[in-house]
Amino acid sequence: MSSRKEEEIYQEHVLDHFEDPYHRGELEHRTHVHQGDNPLCGDQICVQLKIGPDQRVQEAWFTGDGCCISLASASMLMQALEGKTVDEVRAFTAEEMLELYQARLTPNRQKCCLLSWRVSQAALFSPVQDGVDSGNREPAGGEQSGPHLGEES
Amino acid sequence: MASTDAPPLDANRYRQDFPILSSVLHGDQPLVYLDNAATTQRPRCVIEKIVEVYERQYANVHRGIHWLSDQSTDLFEEAREKTRRFINAPLREEVIFTTGATGAINLVARSWGDANMQAGDEILVTEMEHHSNLVPWHQLAARTGCSVKFIPITDEGRLDLEQLPALLTEKTKLVAFTAVSNVLGTINPVVEIVEQAHQAGALALVDAAQSAPHGRNDVQAWNADFVAFSGHKMLAPSGVGILYGRASLLDAMPPFLGGGSMIHRVTMHGFEPAELPAKFEAGTPPIVSAIGLGAAIDYLEDIGVDNIHHYEQMLTQQAHDVLEEVGGVRFFGPPPAEKAGIVSFTLEGIHAHDVAQILDQYGVAIRAGHHCAMPLHKRLGVAASNRASFYFYNTPEEIDALADGLRAAKRVFRR
Repeated sequence: MSSRKEEEIYQEHVLDHFEDPYHRGELEHRTHVHQGDNPLCGDQICVQLKIGPDQRVQEAWFTGDGCCISLASASMLMQALEGKTVDEVRAFTAEEMLELYQARLTPNRQKCCLLSWRVSQAALFSPVQDGVDSGNREPAGGEQSGPHLGEES
Repeated sequence: MASTDAPPLDANRYRQDFPILSSVLHGDQPLVYLDNAATTQRPRCVIEKIVEVYERQYANVHRGIHWLSDQSTDLFEEAREKTRRFINAPLREEVIFTTGATGAINLVARSWGDANMQAGDEILVTEMEHHSNLVPWHQLAARTGCSVKFIPITDEGRLDLEQLPALLTEKTKLVAFTAVSNVLGTINPVVEIVEQAHQAGALALVDAAQSAPHGRNDVQAWNADFVAFSGHKMLAPSGVGILYGRASLLDAMPPFLGGGSMIHRVTMHGFEPAELPAKFEAGTPPIVSAIGLGAAIDYLEDIGVDNIHHYEQMLTQQAHDVLEEVGGVRFFGPPPAEKAGIVSFTLEGIHAHDVAQILDQYGVAIRAGHHCAMPLHKRLGVAASNRASFYFYNTPEEIDALADGLRAAKRVFRR
């Protein structure tokens, strides 16, 4: 029972991102920041972006806590966002996020994978004003795009 | 196992009655169903009863003059009588069919609560409540201005009943609490809490969703004013549940839902409500689900609810023993001897959802998350936990499979 399906979800590259994530930590001189959560599992992700005058993401960092999938996917996303223009980030779809993750996910776990993506989309609209983070909480219920299931009651 | 006594029941014999328990998942993994606190499976006799009613005896109840309606009505009322006996309620009209435990508690909150609660009044609940025995009271508080207070739990996961006398005041109108915690497995001292509530002049509502399927639930011995539970957690179809209420209270309460069945007479200007229990059963009830509940009760009584309780406690003890050996397991709740068949835990360094995901690949079904008890998880200091919950058809071998799955999770995550 050693090479079962769990290795499809918890593939080596996923575990690598989980154990040694890319840009997990606070970003100084961030220009945009947003935090969101999945109440179902208690996962929380805060995405912090530094967007240059050329409207390009210079740096992307995240903080937070959660399951392997939400943290590994956040790590992958931070790598992918850097260098993209704001328009390109905005155009980056949920489907593309799931492709980036590679491992096939059941609909329930897609929510974990899409948490950081959802937060990053909102971060574009959450500029830091005068050194004060604004809008770093989603409105109740969260604005959810892409595949998702209802929350556990 | 610690005891050399023969187990109180033969789980392998009863497993034969549950078609779904012979399922094989993912090609070669036998189903190990350990999510019984969420919902149980159904034995063939319940499934066959449902088919039989739909094929031969189904019509609407309490309406027709025709033969089929009489058949259906008789079966429906027979199920009410079986339920009355099962919980030892004095009167059949004190047994109200609802949509579930949630429906039953909301009925009390809307009907009794709206009529009796006002600003300044208090409802006492506990920190270990399921959302179904919490949110309706928050809603009632928002409507009436009353407030919701909490009996705290100790670090061992018991109710801190030393706090109870101070929490019970002349403002307390209702104490609403669970008989068994759906997360911690804690078996609460129902009689003692009801008695103290009554001494303070408050009513007592018992959420029996996790106790009714697994042991003796005697509403007269409890002296409870309201008792709520669900059919689907005790072998019956979903969509049916029970509210037991003291007749004198139910009589004084206004109807909750309005519609057919719940009226004595309707005019252009208003209505007169029907007698109990119809007063609280507006619309076509969950007819076949209720009849299925009657069949489930027959089956449970045949096994014996005390046997079920003792057998599950044995499984709980075994689960603590074998999971302890896995290493890195943190248990929630009191020692196994004080728990029902519910074992919640976290595995060090691995998120509850990742644990459940890997267990699933070994055919092991458990619950991961907050189990509809977010305030309790906040109190425990964890965002999510894993929960294995047993029924009389689970075997010691299945608990070993759970432990093996946890070892696999540790391997995957290199813990």
